[in-house]
Amino acid sequence: MSPGAHLLEVSNLKVSFQTEEGVVRAVDGVSFALEQGEVVAIVGESGSGKSVTAMTLLGLTRSPNASFEGSAQLEGKELITASEEQLREIRGGEIAMIFQDPMSSLDPVYRIGSQIVEQIVAHDFQVSKSEAMERAIALMDRVGIPRARERVRSYPHEFSGGMRQRVMIAMALSCSPKVLIADEPTTALDVTIQAQILDELRTLRKETDAGIILVTHDLGVVADIADRIVVMYAGRVVEQGTLDEIFYNPQHPYTWGLLGSITRVDRDTTGLLPSIPGTPPSLVSPPAGCHFRPRCPHAFDRCTDVPALEAHLPETPQHVDRCWLSAMQKRDLRQVGDRIGLAADEPVIA
Amino acid sequence: MARFAVRRLASMVAVMFAISILTFLLFQVLPNSDPSTRLAGRTASPTQIAKIRSDWGFDKPIYVQYIKTMGKILNGTVTSYQQQLPVEDQIRQDLPTTLSLAIGAGVIWLALGILFGVLSAWRAGRWLDRGLTVLSLVGVSMPVFFLGAVLSYYIGDKARILPAGDYVALTSDPWQWFKHMLMPWFALSVLFIGVYSRILRSTILDTINDDYVRTARAKGLSERQVMIRHVLRNSLIPIVSLWGLDFASVLGGGAILTETVFNLHGVGQYAAQSVEGLDIPPVLVITMFGAFAVVLLSAVVDIVYAALDPRIRL
Ligand SMILES: Nc1ncnc2c1ncn2[C@@H]1O[C@H](COP(=O)(O)OP(=O)(O)OP(=O)(O)O)[C@@H](O)[C@H]1O
Ligand code: SF4
Ligand SMILES: [Mg+2]
Repeated sequence: MSPGAHLLEVSNLKVSFQTEEGVVRAVDGVSFALEQGEVVAIVGESGSGKSVTAMTLLGLTRSPNASFEGSAQLEGKELITASEEQLREIRGGEIAMIFQDPMSSLDPVYRIGSQIVEQIVAHDFQVSKSEAMERAIALMDRVGIPRARERVRSYPHEFSGGMRQRVMIAMALSCSPKVLIADEPTTALDVTIQAQILDELRTLRKETDAGIILVTHDLGVVADIADRIVVMYAGRVVEQGTLDEIFYNPQHPYTWGLLGSITRVDRDTTGLLPSIPGTPPSLVSPPAGCHFRPRCPHAFDRCTDVPALEAHLPETPQHVDRCWLSAMQKRDLRQVGDRIGLAADEPVIA
Repeated sequence: MARFAVRRLASMVAVMFAISILTFLLFQVLPNSDPSTRLAGRTASPTQIAKIRSDWGFDKPIYVQYIKTMGKILNGTVTSYQQQLPVEDQIRQDLPTTLSLAIGAGVIWLALGILFGVLSAWRAGRWLDRGLTVLSLVGVSMPVFFLGAVLSYYIGDKARILPAGDYVALTSDPWQWFKHMLMPWFALSVLFIGVYSRILRSTILDTINDDYVRTARAKGLSERQVMIRHVLRNSLIPIVSLWGLDFASVLGGGAILTETVFNLHGVGQYAAQSVEGLDIPPVLVITMFGAFAVVLLSAVVDIVYAALDPRIRL
């Protein structure tokens, strides 16, 4: 595939922040592509650089202490070096974003309707206030907010978390974006509301031809919504493949760990939720070589060199991972009893 | 809204009642000669004194006295010890001065406080911010009596750029009124400008990191729109309600020093002179009116606050 053929193409993106403790390499070489109508999930533990990756696409991480390398192109248009004015048009117009915490993501002093209208008007200079309001009402209706015509006059604090997230989705859809980024859209919500919001995203996926980037720390969330999955660890992509490849033929030990810790409704795991032992490394002075090495029970001498992100299975060339183990070793090592996990003797958290 | 009004009115009445009792007790506890004798003046006959005693109820139980005193305050028939002049007349005469001072200074300190706060936050960490920080520290640590004296001596008496004191009525000569008020306004505002700009600076710098500001950016608003509609709009909420309370307290007696230093003959100066002469009736009346202004204004502040922040339910 030639560059520019994708809706969105991120290649070797690096983002670092100058802080008092040193340089934080929050994103350290991330590449992935997104096509029209496709859902790509970015999965990883807290601090792995998912939000920084997502926000960088919109220039939201720009600041005097941030520096960027690599590229991110929307239909061939470079985003990393885009001017503020270009960015302003892209934000909310071509790429829209939904954030994690709906409770704090809406401005408390303005009515819901006028916050949606504000975005419509920012991208459409022709539209009148009342037309924009009609569009806002239609959007709220579309994302399942009951009595939308009355509710446009409500303030955010009069809405529940789930309803506010619907407002955020309505707002994001208001200018028919080409790319929709949802950064942990359900994490702050109750389980039942989570399911409803995910349903909403699923519907959206059918109804629009936007590409969707779904950021989450929970592989379980993406199980029946994502087309492809990007697994991130400590600022790097460690594995990338289709949903089936990641779920049924995972190549990286970190992915095994994530799969082993999914809460599954169909399996009784009460009291037996294995999590990955240890904590992610410091992004200021990460371990040399494979970042996962300190927590990896399968590490060996080669792991002090950085493994490349490449395909190891000839039959699936798009399925890439960053691990020195051979494909055969991986197949044996990931099997923990009747399922996939990080290691046979993984500690069990009661 | 109706529930709020009722609740607020009830609490205002309660507060006013408590204040009236406290101030009334001034009459009782201050070591002083017989109030009737003092109210009647030096050349009064025993009959006059007796009449005053029965008018004010000084020979009756204390609650009758309280009721009669309050009645007199509301009727506007209280006279001072020193000149035997109606206190309310004097207040009516001095009030324009005090209002000129308070309103003018209030506008100035709000406007400059916001301006410097915004500049400071916008240039956070740069030299402009540092300069303003130092300036506001100086301003905050400068007492009105010192600043006022320095100003009126150097700019007024020595350089003769501005008049060193006194008040000219707005209605008689607006330009002279303005020139006479300029230094008092400035002297009274400096402290508040310092405080407000510091508070606004830190509120803005906190607000900038709020999630809804990130949302505003992600919507594709220009940086200006983000700053004015979202950051500034939210940051001004605490400033505006603070302003209401400070303005009320300046009206309720906070400008006494300024009025005295610049010899403006405002209500505050009248109060100060009355306190000095242990002239209780004016003190009583001024305290009551001052308290009333503060209570009333703080109710207004609540309403404005609720209008600015929809999360506050009235
Ligand atoms: N502006 C910044 N300055 C310094 N460090 C930053 C900045 N923004 C993010 N980081 C750091 O970058 C790392 C990655 O953060 P990021 O928010 O992308 O994690 P995440 O994968 O989204 O995790 P979470 O699940 O907690 O949202 C974190 O260690 C964070 O502290
Ligand atoms: S490269 Fe080595 S340390 Fe890293 S995941 Fe593979 S085996 Fe573990
Ligand atoms: Mg995040």
